[in-house]
Amino acid sequence: MNNNELHKVAERLGVSRRTFMKFCTGVAATLGLTGGAGVQMAYAIASPRRPAVIWLSAQECTGCTESLLRSTHPTLENLILDLISLDYHETLSVPAGHAAEEAKLHSMKENWGKYVLVVDGSIPMKDGGIYCKVAGKPIVEHVREAAEGAAAIISIGSCASWGGIPAAGPNPTEATPVDKVLTDKAVVNIPGCPPNPYNFLSTVLHLVTFGTVPELDHLNRPRFAYGRLIHENCERRPHFDAGRFALEFGDAGHKKGFCLYKLGCKGPETYANCPAIEFGDVGGGAWPVGVGHPCFGCTEEGVGFNKPIHALSDVKTVTPPTTFPGIAEPVGTGVTPGAAALLGAVGGAVLGATAMAVKQLGKLEKDRVSDHDSQDNP
Amino acid sequence: MNRRDFLKVAGSGALIATASSTVEARGNKEPLPNAVGMLYDSTLCIGCRACVYKCKEVNDMPSVVRDNEVQWDQAEELSGDTLNIIKAYKHGTGETKNSATDGFAFIKRNCMHCVDAGCVSVCPVSAMIKDPETGIVSHNPDACIGCRYCVAACPYNVPKYEYDEAFGQIQKCQLCNQKGVERISKGQNPGCVEVCPTGANIFGTREELLAEAKRRLAMTPGEEYSFPLERVGSTYTHRAKAAAYHPHIFGESEGGGTQVMVIAGMEHTKLGLPDLPERSYASMSETVQHSIYGGMLAPAGLLAGLLYFARRNTKHDDEGEGEA
Amino acid sequence: MSHHQPIGGRLFTAPFLFLGILAVIALVLLVDRFANGLAAVTNLNDGYPWGIWVVYDIVVGTGFACGGYVLALTVYIANKGKYHPLVRPALLASLFGYSLGGLGAVIDMGRYWNFYQMFNPAQMNLNSVMLEVGLCVSAYSLVLFIEFLPVILEKFRADVWRARLEKVLFIFIAIGVLLPTMHQSSLGSLLIAMGHKVDPLWQAQQLMPLLAIMTAMLMGFCIVIFEGSMAAVGLRQPSETHLHRGLIKVIVGLVAAYLVIRFGDLIRRGALGGAFEGDLQGNMFLLETALFVVPLLILGSSRFNRQGRFLLIAAVSLLLAGATYRFNAFLVGFDPGAGYVYFPSAAELMVSIGIVAIEIMGYLFFVKLFPVMPKHQQAHA
Repeated sequence: MNNNELHKVAERLGVSRRTFMKFCTGVAATLGLTGGAGVQMAYAIASPRRPAVIWLSAQECTGCTESLLRSTHPTLENLILDLISLDYHETLSVPAGHAAEEAKLHSMKENWGKYVLVVDGSIPMKDGGIYCKVAGKPIVEHVREAAEGAAAIISIGSCASWGGIPAAGPNPTEATPVDKVLTDKAVVNIPGCPPNPYNFLSTVLHLVTFGTVPELDHLNRPRFAYGRLIHENCERRPHFDAGRFALEFGDAGHKKGFCLYKLGCKGPETYANCPAIEFGDVGGGAWPVGVGHPCFGCTEEGVGFNKPIHALSDVKTVTPPTTFPGIAEPVGTGVTPGAAALLGAVGGAVLGATAMAVKQLGKLEKDRVSDHDSQDNP
Repeated sequence: MNRRDFLKVAGSGALIATASSTVEARGNKEPLPNAVGMLYDSTLCIGCRACVYKCKEVNDMPSVVRDNEVQWDQAEELSGDTLNIIKAYKHGTGETKNSATDGFAFIKRNCMHCVDAGCVSVCPVSAMIKDPETGIVSHNPDACIGCRYCVAACPYNVPKYEYDEAFGQIQKCQLCNQKGVERISKGQNPGCVEVCPTGANIFGTREELLAEAKRRLAMTPGEEYSFPLERVGSTYTHRAKAAAYHPHIFGESEGGGTQVMVIAGMEHTKLGLPDLPERSYASMSETVQHSIYGGMLAPAGLLAGLLYFARRNTKHDDEGEGEA
Repeated sequence: MSHHQPIGGRLFTAPFLFLGILAVIALVLLVDRFANGLAAVTNLNDGYPWGIWVVYDIVVGTGFACGGYVLALTVYIANKGKYHPLVRPALLASLFGYSLGGLGAVIDMGRYWNFYQMFNPAQMNLNSVMLEVGLCVSAYSLVLFIEFLPVILEKFRADVWRARLEKVLFIFIAIGVLLPTMHQSSLGSLLIAMGHKVDPLWQAQQLMPLLAIMTAMLMGFCIVIFEGSMAAVGLRQPSETHLHRGLIKVIVGLVAAYLVIRFGDLIRRGALGGAFEGDLQGNMFLLETALFVVPLLILGSSRFNRQGRFLLIAAVSLLLAGATYRFNAFLVGFDPGAGYVYFPSAAELMVSIGIVAIEIMGYLFFVKLFPVMPKHQQAHA
């Protein structure tokens, strides 16, 4: 592939070549990769062999899809549709009914072992999974079938990752996250309600470019996106450190943009890059905390949909508290050479003077040894 | 004067001293009925240091300058510029909160407002004052001579002198009730309590705080509890699971008790709080002092004897030698 | 008429000028201290509020200045008239020791301009050991001056005033014995309130005042021997060894009693083990004990205790013992908690050295120009 072809791809996408390269480099940066990776990515995207994607929707609200469609940076929906071959998606597929089902089976057969499976929504397991059926079959069976031939499996959204709203108590359908259903498969979790589309896109691009998933954390979330607490990068953090908290929505502190911790912000226990890349591509601090609502912890298992929205969060300080003073911080100055020398000189002077006096006294006494006794009792 | 006379003089003083000692010996002071204080629950503390900052703001304390940079919440120790500080205990990997091994815990250090305060007992000019109503230990710089005996005699190293100033003064936490601040008198809470987001540090009377501390220690770990914020009994609460407490309330009896008390998930010594006997140092010191000087009887008796002998023996000198 | 006379001689000798330089250095450093605060000169910190200015200038320095006290006790109360010739030089040394100790207190005082509050009955805290020490030391410095006043009056031949003063002098002598008994014991009591911050090897609680007064008396007797010996050597004064020997019995008795009480207390409290831990505190305790015990052996031996030089060695050893005990109790054994360290800065040491220099200069000034030293007798000459 040469420059000319890259140019063609850019044209096809309706963007300039420059914008296209910028996009690829930007995605590479989000992933924490070097600029060279951006070029590599551009070539990968321009490749005519686009990976097939099967997108299954279980118990979900289509929010994940909606947010994905609304990324406009540049016309991202074009990019996604051109970058991958989205062969099955209940919302976006052109065919419907049996035709759609057939397209899916066809693509799976054609790309067996190579396609990417994306699941949004949680899987109901109660009563044989009858609470969510597609094409007359419980969704759990669809997922298991598709997972068999998938090169990679991505759980998008909090429902697919942790169970989300359907799994919140009392969880009538026994809604289960994907990785708990496909226990024998590696699943990448992109949690969020909805997840940031760039985190999804970057993961897919990584997959396409390098053939592997990016580095994951212990909950199988890509580290580039979920490696740090929201609290650590939060623009309101200085207020937290200064003890300036909003106590009620609309109070003076809230209006001044104080820390939302006391309103239940889950930033201190939630790992996500929201404060860094924000949300919705409009800029200007448009993300939940930025617009004045406490983070509710959607990307964190056991926080979003589990803890009351306005309950205080537990501040995680998993990095050892090195920035705090220890119990016994050193204070004061120890021995300096000058002081020690001075003290030694004083000691020497005292002992020397004494020694001299002792010697002299001995001499004096020798001289007067004769009249010594007479002086004893004057 | 012969040996017997001499021993008589020495003995008279000693006798009076012994006789008066039984009268003047004193035990620990009792907590005042309306004594106020704070309860710091290390297990709830998230180390946000909002209290450190607020303390500086309320008390108009300068920022700490370290490496030529102003670092307002980065003080490493209590000092003439920092009356309240959050320190961290850390062990091993430092991953688990409240765990003594491979864990970490926070500790807030400030004046403990002792029931029987050493600084108040030792100050020669009554510049350390224990409020007769609230029991708050405050400082009067206009009387202070700067001898720093209070610094030496505080078991917690709390009072600090400003060594870097030509006209330095002693600084210590006065529970935000010193002249010009008077938050307690106005019915407000101390600054550090007001900003604490988790209720790790709450204000109340010593009695209420003790009861609250005992309630917490009685809980089984993991039990849900509505931890009050700011004040004992507040309806403004933080619902959380109780941690595994170390079953000891620091300050209930240490050194005669304190009005600022600490509960934590580990032994207090790990958090830098000293092991203290139940009897206050102040009571020991005062007992010795008053045994010797009670009513100035012993010195007066001794002086009478000394006068007698000095007169007798110098008279002899005067007559014999005309010289002193 | 008088039994005393100035020893005369040139005042501005080379050693005197050297001492003068040391004094000037100290004064310059003090300007810095008053202009820029204590931290400008000292290594004092939030854990160690008391450094050598308190511990040397006041606690140890006034111990060294107890010569006047013990001689007043011996001569005027116990009526041992033969020691009379030793009184004036001892008084002079005490006067300087105390007034410069007082000066040390003022320069160390963080808010010296409020010092008058100590004499303000409305502010006095009668529970405070420090109040007792402060008032007593101030009063005693004044008493020492009055006790020494006859020397000055004699010099200026104000015989009428001198006669008047001597009629009431016994009152000041009595007070001059009472006050050091009080504040020297209280110097020990200062440590009681510090509780666990003082190492168990030195925290004797209610025994602190007793140990302090005993070391004060010991240091008092020994400084008399030391000064006498130094005067004999340095100022070519007649040897007073014959008088000093009479003090041996008292000194030996005091040391023995002190050691019995000290070790009895350590054993009772089970704190003796700390001496053998090999740490700084333990080693300093062993040094301190050795300095107490060695003189006991010297003075107990009839072969050694007849010779002035061994007396001097014993006296110096005991002076160092008393000083080490006080240094140990106040500084070496004082541990405010992990993290805090203190060692005097060079500037801080220079100030204390300068104060000692002033003390010696003042002493030389008075013995050379005022009738302080006993008159030479033919037998000695």
